[in-house]
Amino acid sequence: MPFEEKLTWVNAVVTVVVPIAYFAIMLGRLGDVSAADISYQWPLLIAIGASVVLTIVGSILAGIGTGISAELRGRSASGDIDRKDERDRSIARHGDLIGFYVSSVGMVGVLALTMLEYEYFWIASALYLSFVVGSFVASAVKIASYHRGF
Amino acid sequence: MGKPTRVINRIRALRFAAGEMTQADLADRVGVTRQTIIAIEQGRYSPSLEMAFQIARVFGVPLDDVFQYPDSEGMTP
Repeated sequence: MPFEEKLTWVNAVVTVVVPIAYFAIMLGRLGDVSAADISYQWPLLIAIGASVVLTIVGSILAGIGTGISAELRGRSASGDIDRKDERDRSIARHGDLIGFYVSSVGMVGVLALTMLEYEYFWIASALYLSFVVGSFVASAVKIASYHRGF
Repeated sequence: MGKPTRVINRIRALRFAAGEMTQADLADRVGVTRQTIIAIEQGRYSPSLEMAFQIARVFGVPLDDVFQYPDSEGMTP
């Protein structure tokens, strides 16, 4: 598996796990407080921060794993990790473009919520959801491109 | 799994003719990942013109000894 694909897997897992945890906690709280009163700011900032940290940690672990694997096979570890070729870049561009389209559709929904004057919680949640779904779709497209051909 | 490219190649044959060169060796010499060489060999990825020339240069053959583009499906030039 190319190192870039490993990083894509890390991103895919993080963009699923963290938002699920965030929405599970926040939607659970909605049973006790109304959307107008719910305190979503810190949980959302923590979720975004956790995504960044987990992605960095996952990337470091992927790098260490790739390095160990390369050394065991008697090949230069740095060669495997640093190497990013034209196929990786093409796949990344393709995946990011599809992810951008998905996020853009989500933004229309956010715009609609804003115009309809929904609570800030719903607008912020829809915005976050648009970003994470777009990011996940981008990762899924990249992984499919690595396996099915590009 | 459909083939996304009509470009066909003789990289596998050329590797074996070149002293059973491994995919990893070819990848190192071209400066790409081994998975990219695998994808090209299997017809899942069409390399850029520049990479195609680099691959041909590794084997010391003209470009069309490595890559061919059939006139239509199933026909070789």
